[in-house]
Amino acid sequence: MVTYVIRRLLYLIPVLFATSLIIFTFVSVSGDPLGQVRQIPNVSQQTIENIIEDNHLDRPLLVQYGHWVKDAVTNKFGNTLLSDEPIWPDLKRVLGNTLQLIILAEILAVSLAIVVGVISAAKQYSIFDYGATTLSFVGFSTPVFWFGLILQVIFTNIYLNYGVRIFYTSQLSSSNPENFWIDRLQHLALPVITLTVLGVAQFSRYMRAAMLEVINSDYVRTARSKGLHERRVIMKHAFRNALIPLVTVVALDFGALFGGAFATETVFALDGMGLYFLRALSERDVYPLMAWLMVASLIVVLFNLVADIIYGWLDPRIRYD
Amino acid sequence: MAEPVLTIEDLRVEFSTEDGIVKAVDGVSYEVYPGETLGVVGESGSGKSVTVMSILDLIPRPPGKIVSGRAMFKGQDLLTASKDDMRRIRGKEIAMVFQDPMTSLNPVFKVGDQLEEAIKIHDPAVSDDDARKKSIELLQLVGVPNAERRVDQYPHEYSGGMRQRAMIAMAIANEPAVLIADEPTTALDVTIQAQIIEVLKTAQEETHAATILITHDLGLIAEMADRVVVMYAGQVVEVADVETIFRAPRMPYTMGLMNSLPRLEADEERLIPITGQPPSLINVPPGCPFHPRCYLRNGRQICVEENPPLEQVDQPEHLSACHFKQEMKGDTSKFADDEVAS
Amino acid sequence: MTEATPRKPGEQTEEERNPLLDTGDSTVREATPGPAVQSSADPLALEAVYEQGLQIEARSQWQLARRRFFRHKLAITSLVILAIIFGAAIFAEQITQYDYAEQDFEFASVGPTFENGHYFGTDQIGRDYFTRVIFGIRTSARVAFLVAFLSTIIGATIGAIAGYFGGWVDNLLMRLTDLVLTLPVLAVLLVASALLGQGSPYRVAVILALVFWTNLARIVRGTFLSLREKEYVEAAKAVGAGDFRIILRHMLPNALGPIVVSATLVVAIAILVEAVLSFLGFGVQPPTPALGTLISKGQGLINQWWLVTFPGLTIVLICLCINFIGDGLRDALDPTQRRTSG
Repeated sequence: MVTYVIRRLLYLIPVLFATSLIIFTFVSVSGDPLGQVRQIPNVSQQTIENIIEDNHLDRPLLVQYGHWVKDAVTNKFGNTLLSDEPIWPDLKRVLGNTLQLIILAEILAVSLAIVVGVISAAKQYSIFDYGATTLSFVGFSTPVFWFGLILQVIFTNIYLNYGVRIFYTSQLSSSNPENFWIDRLQHLALPVITLTVLGVAQFSRYMRAAMLEVINSDYVRTARSKGLHERRVIMKHAFRNALIPLVTVVALDFGALFGGAFATETVFALDGMGLYFLRALSERDVYPLMAWLMVASLIVVLFNLVADIIYGWLDPRIRYD
Repeated sequence: MAEPVLTIEDLRVEFSTEDGIVKAVDGVSYEVYPGETLGVVGESGSGKSVTVMSILDLIPRPPGKIVSGRAMFKGQDLLTASKDDMRRIRGKEIAMVFQDPMTSLNPVFKVGDQLEEAIKIHDPAVSDDDARKKSIELLQLVGVPNAERRVDQYPHEYSGGMRQRAMIAMAIANEPAVLIADEPTTALDVTIQAQIIEVLKTAQEETHAATILITHDLGLIAEMADRVVVMYAGQVVEVADVETIFRAPRMPYTMGLMNSLPRLEADEERLIPITGQPPSLINVPPGCPFHPRCYLRNGRQICVEENPPLEQVDQPEHLSACHFKQEMKGDTSKFADDEVAS
Repeated sequence: MTEATPRKPGEQTEEERNPLLDTGDSTVREATPGPAVQSSADPLALEAVYEQGLQIEARSQWQLARRRFFRHKLAITSLVILAIIFGAAIFAEQITQYDYAEQDFEFASVGPTFENGHYFGTDQIGRDYFTRVIFGIRTSARVAFLVAFLSTIIGATIGAIAGYFGGWVDNLLMRLTDLVLTLPVLAVLLVASALLGQGSPYRVAVILALVFWTNLARIVRGTFLSLREKEYVEAAKAVGAGDFRIILRHMLPNALGPIVVSATLVVAIAILVEAVLSFLGFGVQPPTPALGTLISKGQGLINQWWLVTFPGLTIVLICLCINFIGDGLRDALDPTQRRTSG
């Protein structure tokens, strides 16, 4: 198991390297980094040249890449191009906020999806099953941001009409909360619900399909023939095997979750990676953009690593790959 | 002969499918005596597997449905027994070995764990150490090399033959009174088949279990079976000891089966199959299910109208379901002069 | 019904004894030309029919698939609804009373009403919302179908090449796929659409396609990897068929099932993504109408609920229909998979 994990970790390195190369090249060639700056009327030629020199923009791309990597590793991504402020403190802050949202949503979504999926499979064609299936279909036909908006509208109306504030409909925290974490949860609740509901819609289908396939497998039949309780047959023999394909799906879907978080943050005005990115994008500030892309990729890669490890733990056949 | 350990009486099992109701088991009765090996022979679709799976409550219901019948085991009717009773019986009194060893073992658990589970389920008081020791012993009994190491391995680390051995070990772990082997060698290479047959024989010797050997492989029957039940289209068409079945069957289907077999010693130019196809089990016509392919019929109407009952032929142990079984008296198959079982 | 005359086992007919004998055209078995029987692929039923001497009308794969699809009522209903919706989008000019940019301050911010045909109400400057939604659908549909088309081609090509050639080609292409998957999709899309110029629907579609092909590539690759080993591929190679021809004529048709299903589902995803992009202000730019833009403009205006609700509901309805159709297609084209919607 350990060798498996180490091998997976080592595999990370070339992937990150290639990703950084792609990001850097992509962003650099898609526009003049100083495009915005040149447009500002009062900026003198000297300032522009200073910027160019400070940031090595006159050197060939490969050299720029080298500087960028060095900056990234040693200097926490360095400073923004336009206002020469350190990138990392802001990025770190928004990263933390977004991670709170995503991790909470993912854990909730997977847990609920497993429950729904297993029950659906165990009671196939029951009312629960049909209901869950229909809701799932509606779920993954619904745009994330729109769902969030609707939730916002509902809860705003509740507050306006009944004076009761169940959940906050925007921002991450109030200015003077009594209890920081409870307040934070109240703020995060709606965004998390938004992401979770859609995640459950997706994953529960896979869980159900996986369970159904496993329940009809030969080894489950063997387990029954040994005289095991049906509950044990399902929870022990069937369930573990059904989890395996689910892990694959969850891992593959993480990118979508990230994108969903994006949209959700916008709707609920959360100070997260989404807003940070949009700001950098509208300002065409390349360094924060690239830093952001790098961090985002890193998260995805790490998440996949975790998924791989779980996968290896669940399925002994993989470990010897 | 002693009392039978398992008696199946007039079992009828149906499946509802998109195209209609399939009568998979249509009035099957036979007995299994302690210590014997009963071979159940038939083509695919003859109902031989569904019969035993039904009495163990292993068929999915729906779409399956046990319409009528009894399965008496130690004084209890398995078909009306409670779920709890059935769970106690499965794996302990009556155990099964399935066809495909590649998929019959759970891939995410160690083989030893699965063996121990079979033991502990029926004897919760047993200690972990004892269970493990017993697992290793069982693996050694069935001929898994290096049992002490292998017991901690996963099924994918075993070869096909070894997996089947492990399956047999699991089945005999609790010394069942009846061991059912459903096509145990079909999914294996021919060379491995011979080994598994030996393992089954060993298993039987150790446990003195009555063995029901379900297969379409007549060679296997010749090697292992004491008595044979021949099934066709969900019904039993002949029951006799293995010698009689091979040499002088009294049912045209059985005769046809025997004469379609290739023989190593003889000099035959062509094989002679039974003409036609097995019938659909969906809209079962009245009469004998074999009549469209029967050489004995000679146009006689009774075969089309009445389903022949399974009745005694000469001796009480030899049963046949054919209107004209007496006409076959004296007929012999091509094996008449051969050695059947050594 | 002509009956076959089965022979007694052991007997051979004149023909069989001497295969070179010319016995004219009288064969032992004759099939009476009878009414073609509707038969599913059920082997039991097939055999029964053969035995009865009737003929079977061969059904091609496609006919069976089509029959299965039409049994899926939900999919059919969705197809109809979708046809109506997309039909409305195509003929938008004909069916809408107003132009989507037509302003009318007298009727600004009016809720849904039958008066003046403002079924979905109007926005703050009096533009008819129904019209704007319909034109928004047109944009979404354009983008989505183009994305599905392009990404299918890219994905199928890459998957086919990877699966067919295997080896280092496969490895390389799969690393490429992994890489594309690693990049956070939405971010890449945003960067691309922001930095690469104005957001015409076509440009957006191309960018989306460049990211959506990965799933299909994996599926096609999987199919090809397994098909590679099949005998008919070897046979084609032996005859001298070129790689391209083999891929196109022999292997691709087998992968068509999953390709069609995947392409259908991509349409739904593309609609959702296009909506997000235009909601965030990227992708398709005004004045081209887009459902996402409509929603974003209606944000915060709680009293004018229709501004946000109708575009959103439209998206949900369209995607729901597409998903049901995709499910029906999956059932029809790959019946071995468990039915996911019961």
